[in-house]
Amino acid sequence: MSSIGTGYDLSASQFSPDGRVFQVEYAMKAVENSGTVIGLRGTDGIVLAAEKLIMSKLHETSTNKRIFNIDRHIGMAFSGLIADARQIVEIARKEASNYRLQYGTSIPLKYLNDRVSMYMHAYTLYSAVRPFGCSVILASYETDEPNMFLIDPSGVSYGYFGCATGKAKQSAKTEIEKLKLGNLTCKEIVKEAAKIIYLVHDELKDKNFELELSWVCKDSGGLHVKVPESVYADAEKAAKQAMEADSESDTEEM
Amino acid sequence: MFNSTHSAPPPFWSNGPAPGAFYNFPGTVAPVTNPITHTQSPVTTSTSIVSITYDKGVLIAGDLLASYGSLARYKNCPRVIEINPNIIMGAGGDYADFQYVKSFIEQKIIDEDCLDDGLKMKPKSLYCWLTRIMYQRRSKLDPFWNNLVVGGIQDGVPFLGTVDKLGTAYTDKVICTGYGAHIALPVLRDALDKKPNLNLNEAKQLIKKCMEVLFYRDARSYPKYQLGMIDVDEGVKIEGPISVEENWNIAYMT
Amino acid sequence: MPPVNTDFMPQDGSNDWRDAAHSTGTSIMASEFDGGVVIGADSRTTTGAYIANRVSDKLTRVTDHIYCCRSGSAADTEAIADIVGYHLNFHGMELGEEPSVEVGAAIFKELCYNYRDSLMAGILVAGWDKKKGGQIYSIPIGGMCVRQEVSIGGSGSSYVYGYMDANYKPKMSKEDCVKFVTNTLALAMSRDGSSGGVIRLGIITEEGIERRVVLGNELPKFYEG
Repeated sequence: MSSIGTGYDLSASQFSPDGRVFQVEYAMKAVENSGTVIGLRGTDGIVLAAEKLIMSKLHETSTNKRIFNIDRHIGMAFSGLIADARQIVEIARKEASNYRLQYGTSIPLKYLNDRVSMYMHAYTLYSAVRPFGCSVILASYETDEPNMFLIDPSGVSYGYFGCATGKAKQSAKTEIEKLKLGNLTCKEIVKEAAKIIYLVHDELKDKNFELELSWVCKDSGGLHVKVPESVYADAEKAAKQAMEADSESDTEEM
Repeated sequence: MFNSTHSAPPPFWSNGPAPGAFYNFPGTVAPVTNPITHTQSPVTTSTSIVSITYDKGVLIAGDLLASYGSLARYKNCPRVIEINPNIIMGAGGDYADFQYVKSFIEQKIIDEDCLDDGLKMKPKSLYCWLTRIMYQRRSKLDPFWNNLVVGGIQDGVPFLGTVDKLGTAYTDKVICTGYGAHIALPVLRDALDKKPNLNLNEAKQLIKKCMEVLFYRDARSYPKYQLGMIDVDEGVKIEGPISVEENWNIAYMT
Repeated sequence: MPPVNTDFMPQDGSNDWRDAAHSTGTSIMASEFDGGVVIGADSRTTTGAYIANRVSDKLTRVTDHIYCCRSGSAADTEAIADIVGYHLNFHGMELGEEPSVEVGAAIFKELCYNYRDSLMAGILVAGWDKKKGGQIYSIPIGGMCVRQEVSIGGSGSSYVYGYMDANYKPKMSKEDCVKFVTNTLALAMSRDGSSGGVIRLGIITEEGIERRVVLGNELPKFYEG
């Protein structure tokens, strides 16, 4: 952070002499402080998985979710500041609702992604506002085609077969790259997703976490929903087993 | 979403030249002095709704015709719909208004589903909300030209209510609108007097009889109808198109 | 409009053209066939009983694959078609692909419904898209919207509902469908004083539109008793 003290990092509306917008980069730091979120695209849909870090044992479970519904066929997962993310959720829902009212059909994800990206980008242009401290993954399954986009605080977005954001995005990406995403169905991917979240979770720094799993796929009838309890239980079990096998092989090596 | 602050739509073609106003400087919008006109009569219309509660649920029936004056113009216009697993609805009157009402009810249900709190709207809530909307629009002298019939299961008990274009609303064990109020309602009340607690099969037979008689005596009716059913055990089913079983034997009697 | 002094005029109806609005008292039609839709319309525009235009074109382009058949006020329907054309063009750019017929119909409906008190428009929206193939949506005066396999509209249509119902077949060949539309419109035009002239046709398929004309003196002939 050589920028600190130069004065070019105080406003989102000012470039530094080497062409950077520091406020946006700081926003990305906020994203990196948060639990890991991944999205995996299979042949028949998309699975979203989130590592929800639990800050206090006094918190009620299943509050402050990190995966939201935007429309029947669209889900959104985020990493970063939850309050900022809720605002994104709000405008994404409004976009989806307006689209249906005007055009009589459900919003295509590509279109929603453009709108939400533009919205997030607008918050990197003015001195009176700060950029959003969150990255979001948008996922949909429409007309037999899964689609997924990840939007950064900068407002930049890309379509993905597999993506990760948050604390352990690097190691999560490495794990995702090992998967043959082109051949896997959502049923198979759910387990992989759970494994990755368990694997990249840092037990030393963050004690407790809650695994969130959702999908939008052929099996869910094109709806974005939490995965069914049985599927969730299986995936969690598989993940825990994989972790145990992993730690056993580690001890053998030593 | 139905907006409670909804007012008349903006002028159809604003900022365009108007006679006598050719020299208005561009950008200064001349105040609109046109009087706001409102729906004085319905255009494409559907006829009666017949509905009845039985021991474990509610039946709502409506035929599939949308008339254009006396012209039987559209012969496949469904108007008995599922709202959610708790509610079904039937509508008569202006079909364009019905499509609009339907669109914002559906969006409201999607909005609720997005919250993902496991709660679903109950029939009394929808009924109450619709009475407010219908009354609000009649108070603007721009009514939705419909008879709406809401049926559902509220905490295990069948519910049936109706609201008309003026906002007049009531609940009852049997509700018929339009011609049905004259022809089907006495039949149903009579049956209910004789046997207050009908079962599903008895209720179905009654509805069938009513749709038959209405086809004989209502010149805007049609011998194909939908039957919406919501049952404590079976949930929601919309059956149809069902054909009226006609009997013209009395034609030989002269 | 200032009141016109009509005292000097013969009151036999021959002066209705002076203050009547241009309107497409019309016969329009659209029918699905195997691979697309055929649309058709007569070519008469009247002001009262005066034929203001005998070769008008009531088949209006909205996008390359979506057309509309207009009936009602000429001014209203032209304005609506222009606005929808603008919206669909913009929407097509946003999506990066051609808008679907369904979306086109939804925008027509939105305008016709929201401004139902000030518009006189009965529109058939017809076209082809890769999702659902050939489609027809009927949007009559109050602004409802319904998909139909075959649809007719305008003042002339009331005379030929029976013919349409009796002769429409699902999955016709293209030429059978053209013949069916031509016959139906010719019958409507022969009975409706507000319809007439030539029959303009459009055949919309994946390839786009093919336009044809059947001249007024070459219309199919039926019983003239």
